Amino acid sequence: MKWDEFFVTGDPLIYGAMVSIVLVSLAILVGLTYFKKWGYLWREWLTTVDHKKIGVMYILAALIMLFRGGVDAVMMRAQTSMPDMKFLDGQHYNEIFTTHGVIMILFMAMPFIFGLMNVIIPLQIGARDVAFPRLNAISFWLFFAGAMLFNISFVIGGSPDAGWSAYFPLAGIEFSPHVGNNYYSLALQISGIGTLMTGLNFIVTIMKMRAPGMTLMKMPMFTWSVLITSVIIIFAFPVLTVALLLMMFDRQFGTQFFTMQNGGMDMLWANLFWVWGHPEVYIVVLPAFGIFSEIISTFAKKNLYGYKSMVISMLVISGLSFLVWAHHFYTMGQGAMVNGFFSITTMAIAVPTGVKIFNWLFTLHKGRIEFTTPMLYSLAFIPIFTIGGVTGVMLAMASADYQYHNTMFLVAHFHYVLIPGTVFAVIAGFHYWFPKVFGFRLNERRGKTAFWFIIISFNVTFFPLFFLGLQGMTRRMYTYSEETGFGPLNMLSMVGAIGLTIGFILLVYNIYWSTRYEPRDTTGDPWDGRSLEWSMPSPVPVYNFAVVPEITKRDEFWFAKQEGKSLSDKKIEKIHMPSNSGKPFILGIAFFFLGFFVVFSWWTPAIVAGIAVLLTMAAMSFDRDDGYYIPVEEVVQSEKRLRGERV
Amino acid sequence: MKIDATQPLEYGTEENRNKIFGFWLFMGAEIALFATLFTVYFVLVDRFASGPSGADLFVIGPVLAETFILLTSSFTIGLAVHSMRLGLKKQMMIFMVITLVLGAAFLGIEIYEFFHYVHEGAAITTSAFTSSLLTLLGTHGAHVTFGLLWGTAILLQVRKYGLDHKTANKSFIFSLYWHFLDVVWIFIFSFVYLKGLM
Repeated sequence: MKWDEFFVTGDPLIYGAMVSIVLVSLAILVGLTYFKKWGYLWREWLTTVDHKKIGVMYILAALIMLFRGGVDAVMMRAQTSMPDMKFLDGQHYNEIFTTHGVIMILFMAMPFIFGLMNVIIPLQIGARDVAFPRLNAISFWLFFAGAMLFNISFVIGGSPDAGWSAYFPLAGIEFSPHVGNNYYSLALQISGIGTLMTGLNFIVTIMKMRAPGMTLMKMPMFTWSVLITSVIIIFAFPVLTVALLLMMFDRQFGTQFFTMQNGGMDMLWANLFWVWGHPEVYIVVLPAFGIFSEIISTFAKKNLYGYKSMVISMLVISGLSFLVWAHHFYTMGQGAMVNGFFSITTMAIAVPTGVKIFNWLFTLHKGRIEFTTPMLYSLAFIPIFTIGGVTGVMLAMASADYQYHNTMFLVAHFHYVLIPGTVFAVIAGFHYWFPKVFGFRLNERRGKTAFWFIIISFNVTFFPLFFLGLQGMTRRMYTYSEETGFGPLNMLSMVGAIGLTIGFILLVYNIYWSTRYEPRDTTGDPWDGRSLEWSMPSPVPVYNFAVVPEITKRDEFWFAKQEGKSLSDKKIEKIHMPSNSGKPFILGIAFFFLGFFVVFSWWTPAIVAGIAVLLTMAAMSFDRDDGYYIPVEEVVQSEKRLRGERV
Repeated sequence: MKIDATQPLEYGTEENRNKIFGFWLFMGAEIALFATLFTVYFVLVDRFASGPSGADLFVIGPVLAETFILLTSSFTIGLAVHSMRLGLKKQMMIFMVITLVLGAAFLGIEIYEFFHYVHEGAAITTSAFTSSLLTLLGTHGAHVTFGLLWGTAILLQVRKYGLDHKTANKSFIFSLYWHFLDVVWIFIFSFVYLKGLM
């Protein structure tokens, strides 16, 4: 590694990014010092083990990553908006489509979902926190370390450029000699360990910490979806761990796993990647289904139609998700039998998904529908996601796929699945649960303006790509000539991308506006909700439930409201709470430096950072902090204050 | 913290029970991890290119020694947990020390073996077969190494605080981990070494 290659040079866009990174960092440092917020930041956020605050940090990080990935997307659309465009060169284009994919899936969609899971799951099942609060903080800081490591790649050393699927031999050291793909293997590895721990934590939380009387079939649907997702995480993420380890060995230690000589097998990477990669799609989409189920049932004022079939179809989807991976490479020559098998399993997934779609429609049927912002996103999801699903069945047919494979048709398909499926869900969930965390709603009028911008622009951006794909435009193509005729539709897509940008800016502006002007919610139940989280005052106190409610049926809170019964009339006892800890944050920093040094193969500092990781873990093991108790009087006082006259 | 006296010490609190359940889930993930490594090995086992094959490389002697040592250590960690249940701190620590010493002996032989392989022309870079073999063995070895560090940390805590619901819980979970490594080794012994020698 030569020092003059350390920073990425020669591109005015990158210089601009460097300057803005330095300026923003300085502004944050100066701001924190000027307003004397260092202590607050350390005590309330960096060391927190409170699931609600960890959730908020996940969502904040996800929103920042949404804009980072969004900038990549707009640059891609700008570069392809006209024939023979000279905005980006081929290498830069390769880097941004790679980082766009990785960031949007792993550093935007997943943390956004994890944020909502963290905030809501313990509240929905009547728990005071997750099963392992400190492990939860470790998960967050490992995710954050991985995300930051991945993001500095574009100014230090260069970004990965072999696509988010990083196929070998392209991603190998021979064809990608610079450090970009080392960032890929290490950043994903570090955040992947955090993800695995989150999965484990939530299975234990949901299986072991439900309120008395809440049997599995009385759980809210979002909790069910998170339980199933966590099981997928436990079995899928170790495969990614191994794949990334082998990638790192191939690139940095000269092993022969995916090479083209000495017996290496490049297709092994594609298989390993998608054995994780396809379940990963369901990891981001199943919780989204859970969110939509909650919202649709709340605003249709009806209980969820077909609860049991919802659960069964999610279980079937999770099982099938491990049996479809080869449909990502039908064209790579594995033969008719194999392609036939994976065709059938892939199409079979449409069946349980279809069941869910009909269940949502039947929930809406004869409901008293309220058109709130979260409900609008959920209603828009159903038809748009169905377009994505139907084109998915088209792609699932192996023989037809030879026509669509790696074209813009595929790109349009998975954006039609992932954006309504996941992005609309997290935005809807964000609007829906925002008052629970902050004590006021996001402004409805401004929210709806943003909704219409996003929904229309989304279709303008991605619908033309179906036709471009059928006309033969391949994905990841950085430019094209005028004779191809791809120009007009690409320009239309660019217009849509600008609209989407405006929509997301409006969304964030709404957060700012509502923080300043929106009236505070004093009821704790602004939407007339059904599940337990709405039985608490907003914002939720640190200990969540003053008394843990007894559950006798689904949507207990809804029926308690109908009967005018209180869920919290038991005697208040002292509450045991976990103490804050700075060690998860320190572990995150140690992992960041470990990853960074290994990226550049600087072994001595890497070993030092590795020892720092082990020492931090040892320090955690020797820590015998038993937490603390909140005395009864303090709980009574804070409940009175939070509920006004209601207690 | 409510301590349930009807349960063994390591299951005594809700937190303890959650930790044991959580660790079983973690072992589920570890099974997925080793299953992937075994799959990679089986895919690449015949792709030794110009390097040595398993039949050229494997010698049964040291492998058999490793197997007996690790199986014995699994027995001694069982005795350690048994002593812990009886509340015999000193005995428990002795069995823990024996377990860790056996683990270190296993690791010593494995490191010797790695040098032997490299000497025989089977470095990690030689062929797809040697890459997958050494990565599979190395991952197991790395787990044993981590186990030695972890076990030592627990031993120090038992010495300092005695057997309470925390140290008992940690020791019990450690024993699960150690048995798990043994199970993985049985698979390595059968499907890598014995199959390779045939």
